[in-house]
Amino acid sequence: MAGERRIGEVILAVDQISLSFGGVRALENVSFDVRRGEIRAIIGPNGAGKSSMLNVINGFYHPQEGRITFKGQTRTQMRTHEAAEQGIARTFQNIALFKGMSTLDNLMTGRNLKMKVNFLLQALHVGPARREEIAHREFVERIIDFLEIQAVRKVPVGRLPYGLQKRVELGRALAAEPDLLLLDEPMAGMNSEEKEDMCRFILDVNEEFGTTIVLIEHDMGVVMDISDRVVVLDYGRLLADGSPDEVRRDQAVIDAYLGAVHD
Amino acid sequence: MEMLRALTYGPLVEMWEYPIFLAEVALNGLLTGVMYSLVALGFVLIFKASGVFNFAQGVMVLFSALSLVGLMEHGVPVWAALVLTVVIMVVLAMVIERVMLRPLVNQDPIILFMSTIGLTFFLEGFGETIWGSNVKRLDVGIPDAPLDIGGVLVSTFDLWAAAIGATMVVVLAIFFQKTPIGRALRAVADDHQAALSVGIPLRTIWVVVWSVAGMVALVAGIMWGSKSGVQFSLSLIALKALPVLILGGFTSVPGAIIGGLIIGVGEKVAEVYWGPAVGGAIENWFAYVLALLFLLFRPQGLFGERIIERV
Ligand SMILES: Nc1ncnc2c1ncn2[C@@H]1O[C@H](COP(=O)(O)OP(=O)(O)OP(=O)(O)O)[C@@H](O)[C@H]1O
Ligand SMILES: [Mg+2]
Repeated sequence: MAGERRIGEVILAVDQISLSFGGVRALENVSFDVRRGEIRAIIGPNGAGKSSMLNVINGFYHPQEGRITFKGQTRTQMRTHEAAEQGIARTFQNIALFKGMSTLDNLMTGRNLKMKVNFLLQALHVGPARREEIAHREFVERIIDFLEIQAVRKVPVGRLPYGLQKRVELGRALAAEPDLLLLDEPMAGMNSEEKEDMCRFILDVNEEFGTTIVLIEHDMGVVMDISDRVVVLDYGRLLADGSPDEVRRDQAVIDAYLGAVHD
Repeated sequence: MEMLRALTYGPLVEMWEYPIFLAEVALNGLLTGVMYSLVALGFVLIFKASGVFNFAQGVMVLFSALSLVGLMEHGVPVWAALVLTVVIMVVLAMVIERVMLRPLVNQDPIILFMSTIGLTFFLEGFGETIWGSNVKRLDVGIPDAPLDIGGVLVSTFDLWAAAIGATMVVVLAIFFQKTPIGRALRAVADDHQAALSVGIPLRTIWVVVWSVAGMVALVAGIMWGSKSGVQFSLSLIALKALPVLILGGFTSVPGAIIGGLIIGVGEKVAEVYWGPAVGGAIENWFAYVLALLFLLFRPQGLFGERIIERV
């Protein structure tokens, strides 16, 4: 599947990350890396620390220990704004859209950091600000076409069905033209047809724009199909790391999953 | 019998028979309503964008009006005083963000609420220390003369005030709906985390929102101050903003505006028509009784979002 795509150097490396909330150890000494252009899956049972890992990467959580290297720059923690500026975009496990706003406006917020025109001009909405807005609008319309959500462009996203909301959320992340896209269970709660669509979008994004993707997913079939390498977390610890085939045959992984069979 | 009539349908008959007088009363109430709307609007903006219930909104009205009058008393021309007051309100917003919001981010709403009570006392004391505590006359040159429109007597000042209030609302609506900053503001109001994830700078947004609330307060302060002088009681209109918010819903901008107008007109009409029968002072409690009824039967207000938790 990943035959002719080009997988490059390491774009993100997390090193010995430990994170706890009071007594709860969410992550313990977790290290792995992500290469430019690849689709990297994070799997593991409920509460394994998968979402926490994404939150560490985009700066929502600040680990007590460890280092994060992104695009060659090493730090002990990311800051949210910095992460966004450096090209990290994400979606959330529990959809976090701007519910009162239209699909179009939601995607436009994704362009926020690309807007260069002076704050005051923006407020006045004149000249260059107006031209810039139009250019961004065109970009967003292309994403809307790509995700096939033209029909709901003007609909407040709070009214959209769940599957479409997930798609709009992906669109908002794509609008930022990210170098690294973090997807937290993009297919959870979808029927098989919606899942297939979502898989196709993820693969297309990866292939056409070369976007690096880190993806959390519970559906093993999907994970094995679309990912290049897989990280397995269990109780906050790294259990295995390798190609889908390697991970599938790993005894520790089999045990963990047999011990905790779930949805 | 006479008593019963005056308490119930009597006033309605009167309204029907003298519609011009009713129109005058309603118009009079409408102006007060615009004031309430503006104060409530300031509340809603801040509540939506920073989740803070800003107890200090009323005193911000006082503070801005005090600054304006103070500057004018020092011989600064009206237009320059206006510009300077706007600058003062923006600086105030920056200071509030730096010393209040930033250190208290992620604290319980009640803690932020209490910090705004602190802000209230500070602004009150600070304002009076700088500008003095005597009642001041404010005259920014809005003409005030009676005007006869189809038999209804209105003051040109009221018309100006209504026009300015309406303009303010339209400008804000355009700002929020059509500009990138407005979009960012709405995004923050909708979902903090998601807004952060797309790189919207929360702190800048807070400064903008508190500045806008400061300017709304200034407009309210100018209107009210021109009518009845700039004095401490100015900050008390904030107490009327609470029932307005309950009526309109805490998160709804149109709700704040319409709620303010309803209460402004409602209390004036009730006072004039039913007041004599109950010995007056309806104006003082009308808003609260109305709010109480809403709390009982429609707690989310006219336009507020129903609170739904998805688990
Ligand atoms: N903000 C937080 N405060 C306290 N505890 C937290 C917080 N976030 C995560 N945790 C805890 O950290 C652990 C890992 O949670 P996390 O959400 O990362 O798991 P997950 O692998 O994403 O699980 P799921 O498959 O259910 O989404 C859990 O025990 C969770 O309760
Ligand atoms: Mg999770």
